[in-house]
Amino acid sequence: QGKFTLLRDTRTDGSFLVHHFLSFYLRAGCKVCFVALLQSFSHYNIVAQKLGVNLAAAKERGQLVFLEGLKSCLDLLFGEEEQPGQPSPLQFLSTSDLRALFDFVRVSLTPADRDSWKGPVLLVDDLSVLLSLGAAPVAVLDFIHYCRVSVCCQLKGNIVVLVHSNEDSEDEENELVVNSLCHHSDLILWAEGLATGFCKDVHGQIKIIKRLSLRQAAEQDVVQIYQYKIQDRNVTFFARGLSAAVL
Amino acid sequence: LVFTEEDKYDLYSNLLFKYFLAEGIVCGHELFVASAKEHPDNILKELPAPLLDDTCGKELGDEAAAAKSEDFQDSMKIAWRYQNLPKMETSPTTYTKFGHYYNVSKKMSPELCQSVKCHSFYLHDELSFEAKMKTWNMNSGYAKLLRSIQRIISQEGFDGSDPQRKQRNVLRIGIQSLGSVLWGDDICCSDTPEDAHSLTKFLYVLRGLLRKSLSACIITVPAHLIQNKAIMERVTNLSDMVVGLESFIGSERETNPLYKDYHGLVHVHQIPRLNSLICDVSDTKDLAFRLKRKLFTIERLHLPPDLSDTVSRASKQDLAGSAKLLSSGCGAMAIGKKHLDF
Repeated sequence: QGKFTLLRDTRTDGSFLVHHFLSFYLRAGCKVCFVALLQSFSHYNIVAQKLGVNLAAAKERGQLVFLEGLKSCLDLLFGEEEQPGQPSPLQFLSTSDLRALFDFVRVSLTPADRDSWKGPVLLVDDLSVLLSLGAAPVAVLDFIHYCRVSVCCQLKGNIVVLVHSNEDSEDEENELVVNSLCHHSDLILWAEGLATGFCKDVHGQIKIIKRLSLRQAAEQDVVQIYQYKIQDRNVTFFARGLSAAVL
Repeated sequence: LVFTEEDKYDLYSNLLFKYFLAEGIVCGHELFVASAKEHPDNILKELPAPLLDDTCGKELGDEAAAAKSEDFQDSMKIAWRYQNLPKMETSPTTYTKFGHYYNVSKKMSPELCQSVKCHSFYLHDELSFEAKMKTWNMNSGYAKLLRSIQRIISQEGFDGSDPQRKQRNVLRIGIQSLGSVLWGDDICCSDTPEDAHSLTKFLYVLRGLLRKSLSACIITVPAHLIQNKAIMERVTNLSDMVVGLESFIGSERETNPLYKDYHGLVHVHQIPRLNSLICDVSDTKDLAFRLKRKLFTIERLHLPPDLSDTVSRASKQDLAGSAKLLSSGCGAMAIGKKHLDF
């Protein structure tokens, strides 16, 4: 409860973690607010079906609040004049202000009277897109901070956010956001490409960092490293060097 | 959304662009061509002629079956097809027909060009902008282009908005030299551009439009001119497929005996991962292209055997260096950081 998980990927695509968390929390019966900025609803739906969860049904029964970034930005830019008092969550495209997005998150996760879901969850895919769309890095960090206060502290829910990063990246704004988030996360799942290059059987390695030092001063962070291979419906994890191809 | 990084003199990427459009015509799709550099009508006049199946068959010893490309009526996805070559074989003989082949030395006949509806957008012909669009906070050239694309999509019904339409077709969008100075964007000129977010916002909205309709898009960008690498990284994240073309003209590789058969390299930086957890990664990442008199082919790069008498240290290091560049291929899978010496 009240945990902030950061999904980070470097030189590879960590979106399989997003799909995992989405289906995990839906199956656990939590109310999920999914801010999907990068892909369309049908993409997530199809993958989720392979993982055994029906997103459309979850949306119908109110368990899933889905913000489809791509569709909303089209409505904002090409649609008719919006009604006053109901700003689009993607307003920052024109005003660089993420407040409307935060309000959307807060309203969707605040439990209504009839709700019987277990804790709220905010899932964001992915935060680096906000920077591409003109939001300042400080604004993005403020947004995350507000979300944490509201979702993790007040509503006792969890937040899972995906960011991209690169070791010798020239994108300083992105690196700033990622580093800052790393310091404040309770759990970091870092998917990286293998240092030795592309391999058909091992798609990458994942570093799991449990940030115990955040809660208690004297504790050290626990770091575990596994390698993984992504299949059509599943991802298999194994200890380094012990992929099925080698054994 | 296929994002192509242009080669330095824009010879080969232009060719790839024309192939995309020509394939659209042959398959009967509608076209939308946008450019700030040359008038789209001129581009359309110079599309390569398709190779007729029987002549191609005789030349390559293939079966003469005329294979029509896939039916994309039910796809909402972006599909890119390499007309000339899949990545597996080095030559197109043994692979089953997928797409069409084109003869670069002949132009497509005007009747064939007229057979499909072509929409064009030439930046310098467009009227100035309405006031409402000021809220977009984007370069006006890009905003006009987006408006134009959106209008075509909704008017012609590519977004499924008109249930009466029986026959659904695909729209192929080609945008040439995006990000160059001609579009009014200064990311190619300076390190700290005035509006660094125009291009990325444009791509995001374009992505939204493509996802909502039956269309596919290819964009060519003079990536070598963009000073601010952060923009390139963001743009890569926003595209489905990123391909870079590196031609050997004017570089030291032109005289390098390793590359004597080829005109350039193809770098696949990212392949689409849509609707599934995994993506389809081929075995090899080393692709090179060459422009023969009639055909433009993309093949697996094989290094010629090292038969020279004087095997100098320098050429070995060169080989190692270029091998490292080649194998840092696909962004969706791992990229090697260090080169391991075996």
